[in-house]
Amino acid sequence: MGRILIVVASLLLPSLGWGAGGGQIFPNDEVHIDWDDKAAMQRGARTFVNYCLSCHSAAYSRFNRVGEDLGIPDELVRENLIFTTDVNGDKTKVGELMKTTMTPEYAEQAFGTVPPDLSLIARSRGVDWLYNYLRGFYVDDTRVGLGVNNGVFQNVGMPHVLAELQGLQQPRYKSVTDSHGNESEVIVGFEIIKPGSMTKSEYDQTIHDLVAFLDYLAEPYKQTRKNVGTGVIIFLFVFLILAYLLKKEYWKDVH
Amino acid sequence: MSENKNSSGLLGWIDARFPLTKMFEEHLSKYYAPKNFNFWYFFGSLALLVLVLQIVTGIFLTMHYKPDGDLAFSSVEYIMRDVDWGWLIRYLHSTGSSAFFIVVYLHMFRALIYGSYQKPRELIWLFGMFIFLALMAEAFMGYLLPWGQMSYWGAQVIISLFGAVPVVGDELTLWIRGDFVVSDATLNRFFALHVVAVPIVLLALVVMHIIALHEVGSNNPDGIEIKKNKDANGIPLDGIPFHPYYSVKDLVGVVVFLILFSVVVFFMPEMGGYFLEHANFVPANQFKTPEHIAPVWYFTPFYAILRAIPDKLTGVIAMFAAIAVLFVLPWIDRGKVKSVRYRSTSFKLLLVMLVVSFLGLGYLGALPATETRTLFARVFSLGYFGFFLGLWWISKNEVTKPVPERVR
Repeated sequence: MGRILIVVASLLLPSLGWGAGGGQIFPNDEVHIDWDDKAAMQRGARTFVNYCLSCHSAAYSRFNRVGEDLGIPDELVRENLIFTTDVNGDKTKVGELMKTTMTPEYAEQAFGTVPPDLSLIARSRGVDWLYNYLRGFYVDDTRVGLGVNNGVFQNVGMPHVLAELQGLQQPRYKSVTDSHGNESEVIVGFEIIKPGSMTKSEYDQTIHDLVAFLDYLAEPYKQTRKNVGTGVIIFLFVFLILAYLLKKEYWKDVH
Repeated sequence: MSENKNSSGLLGWIDARFPLTKMFEEHLSKYYAPKNFNFWYFFGSLALLVLVLQIVTGIFLTMHYKPDGDLAFSSVEYIMRDVDWGWLIRYLHSTGSSAFFIVVYLHMFRALIYGSYQKPRELIWLFGMFIFLALMAEAFMGYLLPWGQMSYWGAQVIISLFGAVPVVGDELTLWIRGDFVVSDATLNRFFALHVVAVPIVLLALVVMHIIALHEVGSNNPDGIEIKKNKDANGIPLDGIPFHPYYSVKDLVGVVVFLILFSVVVFFMPEMGGYFLEHANFVPANQFKTPEHIAPVWYFTPFYAILRAIPDKLTGVIAMFAAIAVLFVLPWIDRGKVKSVRYRSTSFKLLLVMLVVSFLGLGYLGALPATETRTLFARVFSLGYFGFFLGLWWISKNEVTKPVPERVR
């Protein structure tokens, strides 16, 4: 009976398909994050505090926790990662949460919305999305004040804050016809029209590192979780052997 | 307890005042269970294990969680990051809720294939169904507490279903929420119900479920009453004491379960967005509706039935009927033979139809509706209800195989 079920289910379900809808996304690459690569996360943390933390907060995370997890001593955290001040105008303490100094009112005025907190962005959006999004800004003169649009998140309110690194790029379009016969223009590539301080591969590496940091930030205990899990499962397997032998011993006399 | 051998010592002292030994014997060491329990019989004890796990982890979560619209989301992240081992406690609890439903669905399926709901076990089944109902309420209210986008909008959608009730619908939703939208008031009452009210009901029902079971005795894969064949001492010939035989056997089941459970907790706690939905990592925002609102996987079969029907009120009725019909299962099935092993081919086919429909509905309920999917959801809904109708029909004069006298 079980076999029939599996056959029936496997015949039926794929035919329903996943939603074909949703706009075209470009770029659409996958990123590989190595959870042991502390160096990449450290570089990402640097990019993060320099370019992101001024508008976005990471308010569930603490500076010294980041330092502790990524192997950065408190002294270096103070010098290289903290550029914000507290209400008294003193430098933010290492034990503090990673809040932004921008007030919600100001953000509302400047961007029309408060930039989202980034502590969990890698969990809500996924690392691939972030990797593509941060590499997906292109010149779009129709966007007043911003001058850029994004191939992953159309009409996003965020300016291209990394333009000085990446430079500015222009999309290359191709027209495609979908299954309903509708023709539309989709982005198939980008061309740099104004170079930044980095080459394309340098920029991709910088974004990879930043995403690695965001991925860490979303679940700082991820490495601990896997380490503990490995131990727990090894223990359980040993316990399983003992439990099974115990059961076998007792059940010898049941016929 | 005067005839008790152990009338001296601490145990004797206790037994003279409290039926400790008597209870231990009645429910464990002298509770005779059929010796032919198979794989499907692990899920009862596993459900009890998960219940205890949820209560213990829940207590620790309550120590750090803040049931407040402004603080709830960040207090969960505080648990995850700043509380020692908080991430573990929270993942155990979040994975535990999904595990609870997996175990309970398999436990219910066991009852279905071996006829464990049939006479004389109707009350066991009824208590079980009330447990299932309480569990759904518990899970639904618990899911609001992290106060993420999916918590918020999931609750909004489900509560709004009560608005389909004629005449009092709007008043009713208002009364449930305590506000015009899901808000701090809703969060607070759901917290109270989730941590106090429903668990008490759940525990009481579990006790009644077990007392009723131990009164009539366990069914088994052959669907034979082992109490019909007893030895000179009145002990069922095919029975073995639950303790130590099944306590050591269930221990093996528990360890296997814990291994699988640990794989999820430690290596895939989001389970690809099914146990913890991605949108729930964004704080609740009453001005921003997520693109796609899906209930957690264990509700999706019923949600799919709701969506399959165009009229809201009829859809709501059908959804509740899908659960209600399970309550009357012992009276729908008019058959005398319990186990699928000796029942007719039509019964087996109906069972396949039910399983395919239920899984199909569960799959569809998690996805956004399209025309094709709605069509499939309708077919599966018919398949689901068709099982009960078909069972009532075929069980009247079912051609069954002869049932053996003793278990195999």
